[in-house]
Amino acid sequence: MKMNSMKTANFRSAIAGFAFLTSFALPSFAFVASATAADAIKIVSSLPRTGSANAQTTSMVNGIKMAIAETNGKIGDATISYEDWDDASAQKGNWDPTVEAQNADKAIADDAVMAYVGTYNSGAAKISMPKLNAAGMVMVSPANTAPNLTKAGFGEPNEPAVYRPSGKINYFRVVPTDDVQGAVAADYAKELGATKVFVLDDREVYGKGVAGVFQKHAKEIGLEIVGTDGIDTKASNYKSLMTKIKQTGADLVYFGGTTQTNAGQIAKDMVAGGLKAKLIVPDGCYEKAFIEAAGAKALEDRCFITFGGVAAKSLTGKGREFYLSYVKTYSAEPEGYAVYGYEAAKVVISAMQRIHTAGGTITRASVLAEVGKTKDYVGALGTWSFDANGDTTNRTMSVNTVRNGEFVMVKVVN
Amino acid sequence: MTNTEVFLQQLIYGLSNGMIIALVALGYTMVYGIVELINFAHGDVFTLGGFLTLTIVGVLGAAAIIEPGALGVSSHWLLLLGLVIAAGVFCGGLNLAINRIVYKPLRSAPKLTQLVAAIGVSFILVNIALFWGGAPMKVFGGGNAAAASKDFPEILEGSNLLGDSSNVVLRLEDIAIFAVTIPLMIGLTLFVKKTRLGRGMRATAQNPIAAKLMGIDTDRVIAATFLIGGFLGGAASVMWSVYNNTISFQMGFRAGMDAFTAAVLGGIGSLPGAMVGGVLIGLIRAMSDQYIETRWTNVVVFGVLILILIFRPSGLLGLKQREKV
Repeated sequence: MKMNSMKTANFRSAIAGFAFLTSFALPSFAFVASATAADAIKIVSSLPRTGSANAQTTSMVNGIKMAIAETNGKIGDATISYEDWDDASAQKGNWDPTVEAQNADKAIADDAVMAYVGTYNSGAAKISMPKLNAAGMVMVSPANTAPNLTKAGFGEPNEPAVYRPSGKINYFRVVPTDDVQGAVAADYAKELGATKVFVLDDREVYGKGVAGVFQKHAKEIGLEIVGTDGIDTKASNYKSLMTKIKQTGADLVYFGGTTQTNAGQIAKDMVAGGLKAKLIVPDGCYEKAFIEAAGAKALEDRCFITFGGVAAKSLTGKGREFYLSYVKTYSAEPEGYAVYGYEAAKVVISAMQRIHTAGGTITRASVLAEVGKTKDYVGALGTWSFDANGDTTNRTMSVNTVRNGEFVMVKVVN
Repeated sequence: MTNTEVFLQQLIYGLSNGMIIALVALGYTMVYGIVELINFAHGDVFTLGGFLTLTIVGVLGAAAIIEPGALGVSSHWLLLLGLVIAAGVFCGGLNLAINRIVYKPLRSAPKLTQLVAAIGVSFILVNIALFWGGAPMKVFGGGNAAAASKDFPEILEGSNLLGDSSNVVLRLEDIAIFAVTIPLMIGLTLFVKKTRLGRGMRATAQNPIAAKLMGIDTDRVIAATFLIGGFLGGAASVMWSVYNNTISFQMGFRAGMDAFTAAVLGGIGSLPGAMVGGVLIGLIRAMSDQYIETRWTNVVVFGVLILILIFRPSGLLGLKQREKV
């Protein structure tokens, strides 16, 4: 891995050196060359735009657009164009593996595409990661949290190598992973006074992953796991399942899943089934659509939502600037992941700007190398770097609940 | 909770869910019995019934008619009855229109063409539901997230009829399901057995050409079948919404799949078969959730289906197999 990154770095500096020399020797030629090469810089995003994640992803797309607008959509003379792609289908109402694969292929086939911002769902990332890796295109996810995408020891034995056929790292993310999130949730469960927990998951990469981490950490800190199960995400209700949970005497239910995998119905049926237990869900439910689906009544002070970061209105520094600017531009509160969309696009654009300032040419290879070098980056999420796996060094998490139909932050964990 | 309590509770949930499935299954089985078409759009007609119901509730809610005490205790039952009729008429009409516009011109086309047309209609209806979900109404979340599941307000009071101290939960909505579905099923059976049109239906199901030769207006019989099947689907959508307190543009997918399975399990084309099949599937689901694991429930349901089809290829109460797809 190290060898490879050194090779890339050498290659890059060789190109930069060449560009530097030619700019002196043949200024007019260099100008023409860089203008044609960089005329078309395209950034694409692949997020679930059809389905109930739409409000969340619209907010993220707004964030991406803001990041581009901040540089007036230009890198030097070149214009950045942006395309907002959907990786969901109406039939699924959720991300669709076929569509995600098409998006990745489409991005690779279009020479102008320099960076791929996505995906939202960790399961979708599994599809596009190896494709984009082989093509040497940088992929920055604003929302994938499954640890096994980048770290060994969390999933199958061949993970994450299977996503990196070229052996290089091309996948980065600006959001803390679930090995942090699941543990924070378990700690909070204990803090709530729970002793017996029932762990549910939606049988997807993300949900199963985070539920697994929760379960492991819960056991370590002395909580009793009274049962586990994987739900049928298309079931009309979970009343029978709730009866089973009730019989175990669980005082807390953890559901690893998203709004799109029916978290709302789980919350509702806990009430209908007469369960007194509390509910903890991960960041996939940190969107207004979750409150809408479950009905605020079923959630108030009973459901807790963990999130990799803090609520948009509690951001500080550049994050505060983002928040104010977002509210001003779109006259709406950003959803939880808007700032991550912004940060993911911004980190790519910053890398492009650094290449441009250094006199380099913007190519897929140069952008990939430069994004990987992101270190002590001062962004809306604070000051952070990408580690050797491509993960953010940011570890801030928050626990939220719902009051008066709105998310309220109850705890911040660093 | 004692084991008996758990079993009783699952029995209640299984029966309640099963009755709704049975009501939808009737729509599949009736249409199949008469025109040998698996009406894939039926589940999505059901979905639109749910959307209409929420729209009506939203409009009435704005007018504060559904506020408790506006019309006394009985107002909620009246509202429920009104919703069942409204959604039933709407879905029946929609089914009738689909038959007239899409299926009727294809009547003499190969069966596969009709099947593909049904799938096409299903797609159209799903997208209408997606569009409808963006209605700028408070109950639709202001129309901001068209595809999000919508919270369906509690129409019937949600407390436990067996008292707060009881471990077994029986709510008004469980009772309401029986109060609505059983009379509808009895009515349908009587209608098919006793009326002239019902006799026409049975005749057409047996042999459409012979029925025509006997002077039965088969087109009218077919139209009536779609109308009645749609009405039952609409009624089911109201009960589904009231029971689950959620509607979404995909609600017809699972409901349709369960109902279709129920129809096949009971013997497609047979009315009592669809009812028995629906209730059975509801019960199997509940018991599998409890005594096996939720993650295996679909496997169990289809495992039972396969087993039954191996030993009784035409389903539990199905007639002797005719030559069909």
